[in-house]
Amino acid sequence: MIEARIIRILSDIVGKENVTTQKADLLCYSYDATQLRFLPDVVVHPLTAEEISLIMKMANAEKIPVFPRGAGSGFTGGSLPVTGGIVLATERMNRIIEIDSENLVATVEPGVVTEQFQQAVEKLGLFYPPDPASLKFSTLGGNVAECAGGPRCVKYGVTKDFIIGLQIVTPQGDIITTGGPTMKGVVGYDLTKLICGSEGTLGIITRIIIKLLPLPEAKQTMLVMFDSIDGAAQSVSAIIGNKIIPTTLEFMDGRTIDCVRQATDLQVPEAARAVLIIEVDGDREFLEKQVQKITDIIQPLGVVETRVAKTPAESEALWQIRRSVSASLRKVNPDKFNEDICVPRSKVPEMIRKVDAISEKYGIPIVNFGHAGDGNIHVNVMIDKKVPGEAEKAEKAIEEVFKGALALGGTMSGEHGVGIAKAPYIPLEITEKASDYMKAIKKALDPNNILNPGKIFLD
Amino acid sequence: MAKLKDLEDYREEIEQCVKCGACRAHCPVFSAERREGRVARGKIALSQAVLEGEIDFEAKVMEDLSQCLLCGSCCAGCPNKVPTEEIVAAARRRIAEEKGLSTFGKGVAAVIGRPKLMNALAKTGGKLSSLLFKKLPDNSGLRLRFPAPYLESGRTLPPFTDKPFRENCPDRIEGEPGKPTIAFFTGCGINYMYPAVGEAFLKALKFLGITVVIPKDQVCCGLPAVSAGAGKTVEALADQNYAALTREPVDYILTACASCNAGLVKVYGDMEGECSALGPKTRDIFVFLLEQGLAERLAELPRAAERTTVTYHDPCHLRTQGITQEPRDVLKALPQVEYVEMENAGSCCGLGGTYSVYHYDNSKKIGAKKAGNIESSGAELVATDCPGCIMQLQDSINHAGGKQRAVHILELLNEALPG
Ligand SMILES: Cc1cc2nc3c(=O)[nH]c(=O)nc-3n(C[C@H](O)[C@H](O)[C@H](O)COP(=O)(O)OP(=O)(O)OC[C@H]3O[C@@H](n4cnc5c(N)ncnc54)[C@H](O)[C@@H]3O)c2cc1C
Ligand code: SF4
Ligand code: SF4
Repeated sequence: MIEARIIRILSDIVGKENVTTQKADLLCYSYDATQLRFLPDVVVHPLTAEEISLIMKMANAEKIPVFPRGAGSGFTGGSLPVTGGIVLATERMNRIIEIDSENLVATVEPGVVTEQFQQAVEKLGLFYPPDPASLKFSTLGGNVAECAGGPRCVKYGVTKDFIIGLQIVTPQGDIITTGGPTMKGVVGYDLTKLICGSEGTLGIITRIIIKLLPLPEAKQTMLVMFDSIDGAAQSVSAIIGNKIIPTTLEFMDGRTIDCVRQATDLQVPEAARAVLIIEVDGDREFLEKQVQKITDIIQPLGVVETRVAKTPAESEALWQIRRSVSASLRKVNPDKFNEDICVPRSKVPEMIRKVDAISEKYGIPIVNFGHAGDGNIHVNVMIDKKVPGEAEKAEKAIEEVFKGALALGGTMSGEHGVGIAKAPYIPLEITEKASDYMKAIKKALDPNNILNPGKIFLD
Repeated sequence: MAKLKDLEDYREEIEQCVKCGACRAHCPVFSAERREGRVARGKIALSQAVLEGEIDFEAKVMEDLSQCLLCGSCCAGCPNKVPTEEIVAAARRRIAEEKGLSTFGKGVAAVIGRPKLMNALAKTGGKLSSLLFKKLPDNSGLRLRFPAPYLESGRTLPPFTDKPFRENCPDRIEGEPGKPTIAFFTGCGINYMYPAVGEAFLKALKFLGITVVIPKDQVCCGLPAVSAGAGKTVEALADQNYAALTREPVDYILTACASCNAGLVKVYGDMEGECSALGPKTRDIFVFLLEQGLAERLAELPRAAERTTVTYHDPCHLRTQGITQEPRDVLKALPQVEYVEMENAGSCCGLGGTYSVYHYDNSKKIGAKKAGNIESSGAELVATDCPGCIMQLQDSINHAGGKQRAVHILELLNEALPG
C-alpha cells in the first residue's frame, strides 16, 4: 500500500483526476499482451515532461518504482509493474506537435498512436514506414522504447532508423534532449540510439523527433507459393541479389499454410509448402516492370503459383491469407507462445528445419511465419495450457529454439524486446562482460533502480 | 420462456481475450476518453475480476461498465472475436440484480406486460413535452432512451409524433401472388418518431408486390433494456414479440432499424427459448429489397439531371453483422442521388442505447467527429438505416452548426418511386 501522503504529492503534480488508486483502475493497468498481471499501487496520467520530472524526483526520494506504459500492447511485459509502485501512462500525451513538410521532420508526444501519426503525415504526402502489426493501437513511445519493426522494415529500416532526436526525463528526474531535427549530428554520444530499444529503463520519452520520407506513389502486391521453404528463401536472396529491395517480403511456412487451409476456406493448393507475400512500392510506371522482373527471377525456384494483385481490393485479398494466420492457429491449439527470433537471411531454411525437428522432439506443433527479408521468424509454439505438462514442454522447446537461432549467428528477439519474458535467457545471448557494460550504464543513470526495475536483466 | 445468458455463461469468451489491446483502435468510447477502463480490454478484465470474486461492483467498476455503447465495434476488430458488448450487457444485468435497476433506468422492470398502454399514447398534437413523454408506453424502449435527464440536457429533441405508425397502418397489405409474405417489425423509432419511414417501407414493398403483415401487438425489441441491464424486461419483450410475429405464417421478418435487427438476430438468437427462432427469419430491409430485384427496377427509372449528394453512415448494429454493402448499393441505385463516401463511415454515432442519456458529454464528443466527417464529405444529406442513428446524427450536426439533414434511406427511396 502506498501512503496517502505520496498520493497527495502525485495529485499536486498532475491533478487529482489524473491519479488513481481505485482497485478497478489498478486492475486495468496491470496487464499487457503477455497476459501476465501485476497490480500497481497507483496509476498516474501526466501531461508534460515537467510533471514527469517532478514525479521521478519524488519517486527517487521515496524509493518508489515507476513503470512507463504506452498502449500496453507489448509482448514481453515491458510495461508491467512487477514490484508494484507507480504506472505512468502516456495516454494523455498524444499530440502531434509539428509536421515540418519542408524539412521532412515531425515532432510528437509519446502517446500518439502509430497509425494516427502515419495517416496525418500521409495526408501531406509524407511517409513514416515502420509498421508493427500493432500499429493501429500501439504508441510511438512504446515503438521507440521497443524499437518496433514490421514488414516494411526490409526496405526502410526499423523504428530507430527514423528517430533523430528525443526529449526524455532521466531516471533521476532531469529533462534532457538528445539529437535534434537535423539529418546529421555527431556531437556527443548517440543517446538517441541508446534510448531506442531501452524498454523504458533508461529514461521516459516525452518527445520524439521523427525523420520522414516522401510517400511512394503506388505499391503492388504479389503472392507466390513455393514447393519448399528453400525455394522461398532462395527467392528472397535472388531478388535482393538482383538489386531489388521490395517493401515487404513476408513468408509463411508449410505448417502455417496447413493451419490456414484447415481453418479457412481460402484457396491454397496442396503443393504449396511456403508462401511469400512480396510488395514493391515507388513510381507507378516502374512497378509493373519490377513485378515482371521478380516473377522472372523466382520462376525457376520451385514456384507453384503466382498471384499478382491488380487493384487495392485484390491486394487486400492476398494479405487476407497472411492476416488469417492468427485466428487459424488458435483453431488448431488454444494457447500459443509467440517468439520472434532473427537469423541471417540466408539461414532461414536451416532455422525452419531446426524448429521442425524441435517440434517433432517435443510433440508440440510449432509454426513459423514472419519477415523473410530480415530473417525475422515468428516462431509460434502451439499448446493447450490446460493439458498438464504442455507448458513445461513448450518452455523447453523455446529454449532450444533460442539456442538454435544463436548458433546460426542470430538473436532471440528481432522486435519484441526482452522485458520480463526473455530476461531469463539473456545469458544465452549476451556475454557476462557485455551484460556488465549494460548494467553499468543502467546503474550510473538510475542508481536507485527506480525506472522500470526487473526488466531485461534479472538482478 | 425466453432466457438471457448470465455473466457466468461468458466465462469462456472472457478467457478468449488475450489482452492484445487491438480494441483500443476500435472503441469509440475509448477514443473519447483514453483510459483503459473505457476500452473493451479493460471492461473484460473487470468482468473477469468480478467473476473471480476479486472485486465487487464498486462505483468505478459500474462506471466503466456503464461507459459502453454496446456497439460491438471492438468485437468486429478483435482477433478472437470476444463479444464484449454481450459481456458488458450481462454484467449490467448482474449489477441490476445486485443493486436494483436504478443505475441504468429506473422502474422499467415493474411495468412489463402492459401492452394496452401502447394505445394510450397521448395525442398531444405532436408537440413534444415531458408530459407527452410521460405518456409513452412504459414498455417502450424510448422510455429508457429518453428518461428525465435526456429532456433536461438541451439537445435536439426527438421528433415524437402524435400519430404512431402502427395505430394508423393496415394489418395486412396483399401483394402479388407468388411473391413472399413478410412481417414488418417496425420498432419504436419508426412507430413513435418517424412514421413517414414506415409509410415509405410499405410503398417500397408494394412497388415490388410483396405481401406485408404488421402485427399490431408487437412491442419494443428490447435493445434499450439490454443496454440498461433490465434482463427481465428483455425476456418478456422477446416472448411477446415471438407471439406477435409467429401468429401468421410469414417468409421473413423485416426491419428498417439496425438496432431492432440486431435485437432480433443477435440478442434473441443468443437467448434460450422460442424467440431464438426469429433471428434466422429476420432480414434487413435493404438486403431483402436487393434480393427482390430492387436495383434492376431502379435502373429502369430515368436518372435525374440534378442530383442530391448523399453519404451513408453505417449503423454499428448492421456493420458488425457484416451488412455494409447493401444500403450503399440501394443509395447508389437511386436516380436522384449522387453518392459520396465519407471518411470513417463505420464509426459509431455515439447514441448507444441508453448511453447517450447518461454520458451525453462523451456521446457528443463521439458525435462531433461524425459531424466533422459528414461535413468534409461535402454531402447534403446523410442517409442511414436506423432511426436512433438519424436522431443522434442530426443532434451532432446541429451542435456542429452543420446544414446537412439526416434521413432514412427509405425516405429517399420513397421520393424515387413512382406514385
Ligand atoms: C497483435 C500484436 C502485434 C504486434 N506486432 C508487432 C510487430 O509487428 N512488430 C513489433 O515490433 N512489435 C509488435 N507487437 C509488440 C508491441 O505492439 C510493440 O512492442 C509496441 O512497440 C509496444 O507499444 P505500446 O505503446 O503498447 O507499449 P507498451 O507495451 O505499453 O510498453 C512497451 C515498453 O515501452 C516502454 N514505454 C512505453 N512508453 C514509453 C515512454 N514514453 N518512455 C519510455 N518507455 C516507454 C514500456 O515501459 C515498456 O517497456 C505486437 C503486439 C501485438 C499485441
Ligand atoms: S481486441 Fe479482443 S482479445 Fe484483444 S484485448 Fe480487445 S477484447 Fe481482448
Ligand atoms: S461495445 Fe463499443 S463502446 Fe463497448 S467496449 Fe466495444 S467498442 Fe467500446
